Amino acid sequence: MTDTLVAPPGPARSTRRSSGLFRLTPTSGVGLGAALVWFSVLVLLPLAAVVGAAAAGGWGSFWNTLTDAQTFAALRLTVVEAALVTVANAVIGTIVAWVLVRDQFFGKRILDVVIDIPFALPTIVAGLVLLTLYGPESPVGINIVNTRQGIFLALLFVTLPFVVRTVQPVLLELDADVEEAAASLGASRATTFRRIILPSLVPAIAAGSSLGFARAISEFGSLVLISGNTPYETEVASLKILKFIEGDNQAGAAAVAVLLLLVAIVTIVALDLIARRVARRG
Amino acid sequence: MADTRQIRSRKGPVTYLLRTFVIAYLAVLVVWPLYEVTARTFAPLERGAASGIGPFLERLQDPSVTYAFGLTATCAFWAVVINTVFGVGISLLLVRYQFPGRRILSVLVDLPMSVSPVVVGLALVLAYSSGKGWFGGALEAAGVFIIGSTPGMIMATAFVSLPLVIREVVPVLEEIGTDAELAASSLGADGWQIFRRITLPSIKWAVVYGVVLSLARSLGEFGAVKIVSPGAAFRGETATLLIQNRYSNYEEPTAYAAAFVLVLASVLALVVVSLIRKEDRS
Repeated sequence: MTDTLVAPPGPARSTRRSSGLFRLTPTSGVGLGAALVWFSVLVLLPLAAVVGAAAAGGWGSFWNTLTDAQTFAALRLTVVEAALVTVANAVIGTIVAWVLVRDQFFGKRILDVVIDIPFALPTIVAGLVLLTLYGPESPVGINIVNTRQGIFLALLFVTLPFVVRTVQPVLLELDADVEEAAASLGASRATTFRRIILPSLVPAIAAGSSLGFARAISEFGSLVLISGNTPYETEVASLKILKFIEGDNQAGAAAVAVLLLLVAIVTIVALDLIARRVARRG
Repeated sequence: MADTRQIRSRKGPVTYLLRTFVIAYLAVLVVWPLYEVTARTFAPLERGAASGIGPFLERLQDPSVTYAFGLTATCAFWAVVINTVFGVGISLLLVRYQFPGRRILSVLVDLPMSVSPVVVGLALVLAYSSGKGWFGGALEAAGVFIIGSTPGMIMATAFVSLPLVIREVVPVLEEIGTDAELAASSLGADGWQIFRRITLPSIKWAVVYGVVLSLARSLGEFGAVKIVSPGAAFRGETATLLIQNRYSNYEEPTAYAAAFVLVLASVLALVVVSLIRKEDRS
């Protein structure tokens, strides 16, 4: 997703770099200035304030906040749950994309729309929606409130579309000839999938998974009603930040916030690099 | 196409197994919970009480609920207006003009989407709250209060939906190139004329698409708004905050009614988006 903005594909930009790009005129210069001021006021200065607040007490207090037993437990739970959800999504998302592309049955288009619903729903509504079926008044007798399974389920819900939507287009573009060739040479369908199809899907799966992981790490809204926020048990990082803010501990909140920012950025960059390497190897 | 169809038509037990799995998974994770929310929205409050549309509308007409939806509409409206003007402007600058730091800016504008909503709220508090913010003191002296009032909530909403218009407009601008614009310019059109007659018509659908996505995102924003808003009834309680407050306060019917409205809005956004995609392609 970042790629389309950062480095648009095609030679258009690089060849036109010198000739097609306009120099700033007075009008566009003023426009750029105004845009930069607004962007700084809205995004850059506030984010800098978070880093500043985290760094204000020095490295020692930053480290102490994060290694505090309760905070550390929250961070560990967040990472573990996000990793579990990412693995589940990598497998299930690929299967869903496969069925949506390769299978043909009545109602498939409806499923295609259903995939997008978790993205479109407000996060708090997503939490509420899950609680109607898996909450205290569950018609099926499952209550996930204040359990780790509940957190897992909520994260699974909000990250559902990532892998599906990155794998789907790749699967659509896949050249059928290679598969036919493999089949005609006597490869079983499982072998064809493992040796021919899966390798070309790996970059897409990795990209979708990285986006899903970053989202799971930072998820807040859908967990508010589901996670009971019990320290050491069901407290995740974003809810820990909220608790710090409500307890007027800005430095603590900022320390965890900086870590969340860092983890999200590192994950996206790292998995993007892996995806590129796989893509280059072909 | 014929080749893929041939592959698709080979249906073994695995095909049916996967199909059943995907349908069951999506049903249990998304469809059934959505059905439960709808059922509870229109269910009678107690045995023998009226059910259906009437009580649902009645709950929505409660003054605190209409206030919440009004506030949500205000925040979403201003956030979308700001993001559209800023988004189209900065997209033009990023794609058409040459200036130092262009690449860095194009990376940074995508950042707000990957930041956790809680961190967004915290960032705005640490920058602008009158007690603890970097600029809080100066703003307070000038009589401006951002945190805990509507401007802060508009900023939080604008922050989280900032890249949506840009993401849609940038690729289109790159694709259409500058030929028509240069031609118009050589025929004596001024900058505004070129924008209105040449550029705007070609990015029209991308802008509309971005606006719908921003609107959907803004209507449902929860985490960032929760941090910067006082969050009490008639005092900064948006629709999403109302859902949390009412649910936690054992007033589930009102929470379900408000949630159902937001579910409808997001499904509507999905439908509009898919219609625009079709329109754009033709």
